[in-house]
Amino acid sequence: MKSQVNGMSELTLDTRNLLCPLPVIRTQNIIEDMQQGECLKVQCTDHGVINDIPAWCRINGHEILSIDEQDYEIVIKIRVGENS
Amino acid sequence: MKNSSNTSNNRKAVALVSGGLDSMLAVRVIQEQGIHVEGINFFTGFCVEGHTHAIRKKDRAKPKRNNALWVAEQLGIKLHIIDVSEDYKNVVLNPKHGYGANLNPCLDCKGFMVHAAMDWMKKHDFDFLLTGEVIGQRPMSQRKATMPVVSKESGAGDLLLRPLCAKLLPETLAEREGWVDREKLLDFSGRSRKPQMALAEKYGFKEYAQPAGGCCFLTDASYSSKLADLWQARGEKTYEIDDIVMLKVGRHLRPRPHFKLIIAREEGETNFLRGYRKNYLSMYIVSHSGPVSLIDGEPDYDDLELAARLVARFSSGRESELVTVEVMQKNGESRNIDVKPLNSDEIPSEWYV
Repeated sequence: MKSQVNGMSELTLDTRNLLCPLPVIRTQNIIEDMQQGECLKVQCTDHGVINDIPAWCRINGHEILSIDEQDYEIVIKIRVGENS
Repeated sequence: MKNSSNTSNNRKAVALVSGGLDSMLAVRVIQEQGIHVEGINFFTGFCVEGHTHAIRKKDRAKPKRNNALWVAEQLGIKLHIIDVSEDYKNVVLNPKHGYGANLNPCLDCKGFMVHAAMDWMKKHDFDFLLTGEVIGQRPMSQRKATMPVVSKESGAGDLLLRPLCAKLLPETLAEREGWVDREKLLDFSGRSRKPQMALAEKYGFKEYAQPAGGCCFLTDASYSSKLADLWQARGEKTYEIDDIVMLKVGRHLRPRPHFKLIIAREEGETNFLRGYRKNYLSMYIVSHSGPVSLIDGEPDYDDLELAARLVARFSSGRESELVTVEVMQKNGESRNIDVKPLNSDEIPSEWYV
């Protein structure tokens, strides 16, 4: 799903009910086709993502903008870095 | 592939990174020779690194890290995690070299992964691939006799370098071409971990994952027995990803050959199983507190009463005369039935899968 946030395009990726590492894999695969500076919002229910998605982002040069946790759902916002 | 005039410091290698110490060391040995290394990690559906740690509530306070990602970060390399779960089915269902002690097709698995890594390597213009294998480290897949089998059957041939035991094996392309110095590679063999631990010390790796039965659920006897039960009940060797995830969750009881119950053991599993209520017939305790249960198979009317009595046994109403159980179809239609919970002596141990 694509939307506009502060003039920037933001994609939403639903990985709810998927278990790690699938949320990481889905995040990786969608970011491959995104441009530097674009934002991705990942919805998750597996708490493993709190470690895994930031680790994957650090390795690959993407920026975590926020991690919000409410009840059983976690929303992670990522700004895409330079894909190489 | 790049031409052979390139020097070692612009050669690129892709490493199979499991998250364990051996692949971590293998990468560092090659990095030390000026080679650019990136990691690859395959999701087969059976990886211990994922899944159940995320389901149980007690594990939520300290989410377990993914060791492959952690290792990649320590090494300063990129890690590509690839979902091979669909293609991997053929490895599990039809292993050419058979299974190990449980349903672990280790030799076929290694060949499959090296082949998949080689495909990735070619697609991304890398020069060779490496693994953390050590001769004699594992009884099925890491023996001197099987290493050439993996190289050959994967199609990798001499593109595959095993830095930790390379001196005990024939030269590979990377050594022959001078991309890596064979003298700086190693000659580890056997099950002892001491050489690896000494090398970890040398590299300053203070922390690393300790192997505890491998990185695959198929090496686990209890898990394998649940998978074998699934195949027997279905009359054929098949599975979907949801099936193999479910084998890691809850108590599994098979009161009749044509259906089994998956009963949550705690709140985290209850919430997880709720997410599958559109995929399975499900049961909920209405009159008391109790676990969510899913039914896999085709129970008839009488079977549902038996299932409800069994589920009621695991509720807080286990000593009550009657417990109300909601039976919900996949389409959301439901009805309540009142049942007397089974006594513990009415549940044969053979029902536990």
